[in-house]
Amino acid sequence: MKSLSNRSKVVSDKNMTLLEGAYLPAVVKGLGITLKHFFRRPATLKYPEEQREFTEVYRGKHVLKRDENGAERCTACGLCAVSCPAEAITMVAAERKNGEEHLYREEKYAAIYEINMLRCIFCGLCEEACPKEAIFLTKEIAPADYEREEFIYGKDKLVEGVEPAKRIDVSKRQDR
Amino acid sequence: MNLSLEWLLLIDKTVIAFVAFAITLLIATYSTYAERKIAAFLQDRVGPDRAGPFGILQPLADAGKFFFKEEIIPNTSDKFLFIIGPGIAMLTALMTSAVIPWGGSLEIGGRQIPLQVTDLNIGVLYVFAVVSLGVYGIMIGGWASNNKFSLLGAIRASSQMISYELSMGLALIALIMMTGTLSLGEIVEQQRGGNWNIFYQPLGFLLFLVCAFAECNRTPFDLPECETELVGGYHTEYSSMKLGFFMFAEYINMFISSAFMATLYFGGYNFPFMDSLGLSQNWITIIGVLVFFLKIFAFIFFFMWIRWTLPRFRYDQLMRLGWQYMIPLALLNIFITGTIILVTK
Repeated sequence: MKSLSNRSKVVSDKNMTLLEGAYLPAVVKGLGITLKHFFRRPATLKYPEEQREFTEVYRGKHVLKRDENGAERCTACGLCAVSCPAEAITMVAAERKNGEEHLYREEKYAAIYEINMLRCIFCGLCEEACPKEAIFLTKEIAPADYEREEFIYGKDKLVEGVEPAKRIDVSKRQDR
Repeated sequence: MNLSLEWLLLIDKTVIAFVAFAITLLIATYSTYAERKIAAFLQDRVGPDRAGPFGILQPLADAGKFFFKEEIIPNTSDKFLFIIGPGIAMLTALMTSAVIPWGGSLEIGGRQIPLQVTDLNIGVLYVFAVVSLGVYGIMIGGWASNNKFSLLGAIRASSQMISYELSMGLALIALIMMTGTLSLGEIVEQQRGGNWNIFYQPLGFLLFLVCAFAECNRTPFDLPECETELVGGYHTEYSSMKLGFFMFAEYINMFISSAFMATLYFGGYNFPFMDSLGLSQNWITIIGVLVFFLKIFAFIFFFMWIRWTLPRFRYDQLMRLGWQYMIPLALLNIFITGTIILVTK
């Protein structure tokens, strides 16, 4: 059978020749290989100082988008929670009251919206399921923490800011 | 100040002994750092770089950690021997540095001060005697732990050291036949300039090098502490600074055997063209000391380079190599050396 990588070798249990049995040439060859690596640039990234560059469509921490007027787009339909294979999303819906039109776009909104970042597998199915373009995955990473409770992200951590400067650009994931 | 010559000599020797001691400890400390860095570079990594610039304070952090670790002495162990084991390993490792000639002689105030603690006329034998005592530290520590892994590690260490000491001694006999002296000072003086013994004893050096790896329990001969089979080998039950002592003794042994190899085969503090530079004696000595340490560092690097290249031998392979190949080769080397001496004299 033809090999795919062209790197396969036929293995046999033949007796070693004197040169192979002497072991020393093989040692020298091995030393050569390791020395070659000695002068190679390390593959390490010094993490807190340097960060690896992410692709534009990286699937990281979620964001709950607001519309152009600053009202939350989420209507608490629950499709994201249903589609989530890891069952990481829960929410409690509430009805919009008079005078809250600038806060919530539709008549129903999520009073509580929680994603458990320890359960989440960052597959992006919530984003695909969302009919209101309310939830997106961003290039940000969910940071490490000391307590498990800290990984249950509520609306305080998920909803983007109202000010234009605090908006999170997700156009790359929208265009896909 | 009118000290008699004996007092001056005593002061000289004390200073040299203390400096040699301090340098040995310092180099052993930084060998741990060098080992980690070299391992990292050979594996395309960065290595420790957080403690100080380039991680230069890492050994201090390691030592601090060793001191703060909980000290565990197993209930079923022989407590006295358990405690004294790492001490013996450390003591024997440090004792050998006494006979190594670190440099030529300095001239201070009209007196010649050789940079060697003592030039025993049986220096080579002394090193051999002390190095073979080193196995007692491992043996006692491993046995006193009362743990089968420790005991197996200790047994492996002792049988390995005895097997390889034989061919090491035989490799050296050829060298001693050639030089006609057991004093390390004289052996180095005979290699003045670039007239190094490696050119006359290449096979002997190769045998000695392999045996030195085995004596230091370094890869590919690190079976006494083989973690895949024996958990941690002879130091399985050790913790805290006692474990630190064992590891430290290994690095000191590595330093000393590097110094020993540089002395015996690579001309010690001699370097080519040292007599035609026209420098004063003190300068030659100082450069000589630096050259000597350069040679030692090269050997230490080689030790580490080998460690991160070769896998460990199987035990039967180790024994076969030692008894079936090294000893006959060493005997052959003695025979060849003897024949050449007979023909040329």
